[in-house]
Amino acid sequence: MMTPAQELENKRLMGKLLVITVAMLGFGFAMVPMYKQICDALGITQTRVVGAGNTQVDASRDVTVELLASNAGLPWRFEALERSVKLHPGELVTVRYRVQNNLGRPVTAHAVMNTAPSVAARYVEKQECFCFSNQTLAAGETREMPVVFRVSSNAPRDMDVISLSYTFFEVKASGA
Amino acid sequence: MSTATHAHDTHGHDHAHAHDHHGPPAGFSRWMYTTNHKDIGTMYLWFSFAMFLMGGSMALLIRAELFQPGLQLVEPQFFNSLTTVHGLVMVFGAIMPAFVGFANWLVPMQIGAADMAFPRMNNWSFWLLIPAALLLVGSFFVPGGAAASGWTLYPPLIIQQGMSIDMTILAVHILGASSIMGSINIITTILNLRAPGMTLMKMPLFVWTWLITAYLLIAVMPVLAGAVTMLLTDRHFGTSFFNAAGGGDPTMFMHIFWFFGHPEVYIMILPAFGIVSQIIPAFARKPLFGYASMVYATSSIAILSFIVWGHHMFTVGMPAAGNLFFMYATMLIAVPTGVKIFNWIATMWKGSMTFETPMLFAVGFLCLFTIGGFSGLVLAITPVDITLHNTYYVVAHFHYVLVSGALFAIMAGIYFWLPKWTGHMYSEGLGKLHFWLSMIGFNVAFFPQHFLGLAGMPRRIPDYALQFTEWNQISTVGAFIFGFSQLLFLYIVISTIRGGAKAPDRTWEGADSLEWTHLPSPVPYHTFETAPVVK
Repeated sequence: MMTPAQELENKRLMGKLLVITVAMLGFGFAMVPMYKQICDALGITQTRVVGAGNTQVDASRDVTVELLASNAGLPWRFEALERSVKLHPGELVTVRYRVQNNLGRPVTAHAVMNTAPSVAARYVEKQECFCFSNQTLAAGETREMPVVFRVSSNAPRDMDVISLSYTFFEVKASGA
Repeated sequence: MSTATHAHDTHGHDHAHAHDHHGPPAGFSRWMYTTNHKDIGTMYLWFSFAMFLMGGSMALLIRAELFQPGLQLVEPQFFNSLTTVHGLVMVFGAIMPAFVGFANWLVPMQIGAADMAFPRMNNWSFWLLIPAALLLVGSFFVPGGAAASGWTLYPPLIIQQGMSIDMTILAVHILGASSIMGSINIITTILNLRAPGMTLMKMPLFVWTWLITAYLLIAVMPVLAGAVTMLLTDRHFGTSFFNAAGGGDPTMFMHIFWFFGHPEVYIMILPAFGIVSQIIPAFARKPLFGYASMVYATSSIAILSFIVWGHHMFTVGMPAAGNLFFMYATMLIAVPTGVKIFNWIATMWKGSMTFETPMLFAVGFLCLFTIGGFSGLVLAITPVDITLHNTYYVVAHFHYVLVSGALFAIMAGIYFWLPKWTGHMYSEGLGKLHFWLSMIGFNVAFFPQHFLGLAGMPRRIPDYALQFTEWNQISTVGAFIFGFSQLLFLYIVISTIRGGAKAPDRTWEGADSLEWTHLPSPVPYHTFETAPVVK
């Protein structure tokens, strides 16, 4: 049979093994924050996507788009935040316009786009534009509005400058 | 007894009979209260066999449904429950307890100890299995049916199902506690209770593999317990470890689960390596080739098992660097595994081999496990795995390593030690019949699943496209041959326990560990109360 000394030694070893067990239980829970920290530190949180760049961008040439703004009989202050933007055909860009209603009453207006040369209009592909809907501004209100667009990579190669112009017309209240 | 050391001394056991007055009590209380390692080992093995038949019945129901395309026998939800509980029952109910049963029977005898270090805890480790099994199988009868998420218990599915999930989680907790207690017992027994002269590097390889397995168990079962606890609190206590709606990450569960899950794979195969390493030298009548390298290879496999979990999740969107790391680390494991395979072959080389049933199962193990190992190497290749992930190729792979690996080794071990345990020889003719039925049935069932997987048949779905019909029908036929031939195994074991030719003390002339050289057949209830001296 086992001697008391032997039993004591067994209990000591059991104690050590229980420490490992409890430590590993803690380790299981510690893995949750550890994964996040280690992956962030090593920058390996994402699968590297190979060759998924936008193949529609024609990086071989640049197009300069000049941004113009005007009003038709409205005392609005309307301007583009940049004078022009240089881009590759196919590349999606965002530009911003700012408009201020200087009139002492709320005004509803609609912007109409124009391009020069006018044939360029079919190559300017807009995803988001303030010209898609009426804009109603309270008296003295200022608003910044984005235009998200690209110049199609089908645009002719000699079309290296496009003037993009917006003009606001007041929308008169109709009977409807 | 204490001086009986010579390998051929079979008379040294006479003193053992002096202790027979302290025999087991009769009836149920013998098994309820027993602290005897042999009784507990027997109970583990019977429990394992009962679970094996239960999990096997589920597998046959799965194969019956898959005999034809379309839905014939079971509802899809019930089919998913079958695959889930089949996996859990086989892993935690059949394979693992069977190896613990072997450890209980053999570790004390092979190192010359009287019993396990903590006999009372040993009793607890076993009896905890019963409520766990009842919870697991009983979950079929609660509203919503048993867990249907696959045995890997992935969220978010597992967070959404009914109370059967809570029963499954509790069952996993209890099984984990049982395994940890068993492991502490085995490690303490091996490190503290070896007979004088039994140095670590003289231990039989079965003891070595169990020592390493037990360390793996206490390292990873608590991690699984933590993972399922997090599932439980996500379900009921408002935490969001894995619940994306609350900022959690479902793939985090996969990382934690497989940190447990891959060492678990080796927990289920290392003791099988140990059993085979006892059997092949016995029937080749040569000592094991490369004993020390076997020990080091086993340790290397155990250590490497902690850094390969990612190969189970190549498709979740890990960074390329991660995928590459897990791919190379996984392939590295083939090196120590190859060392083992070649050592077994070298042991047989120019040996005086005979092919009794244990040897047949051991050689069957060697051939089929190698096939499973190679398909594992195929799956380790990241780009290949992305194609084969969750197909029947994976199902074929892990059944080759777990059925023809772990289970064949268990059967080999049963045939090998049954004469020692019962004192009777099993029927060699029936044993060989059982082997060949199992061998043929298994390969007919699972080899075609490689083809199905390569052709793109996904796993865990009760229906399939028409072009997969023929191989599925062949697979089902094989599964039924394999399944029903296990009833023959049951018959052989029972009739061997009841009677049969008297087994000699050293049943196999090439077997040289202490239970063969120092103990009679059948082994008395108490053995090695005075430790033998090993030279």
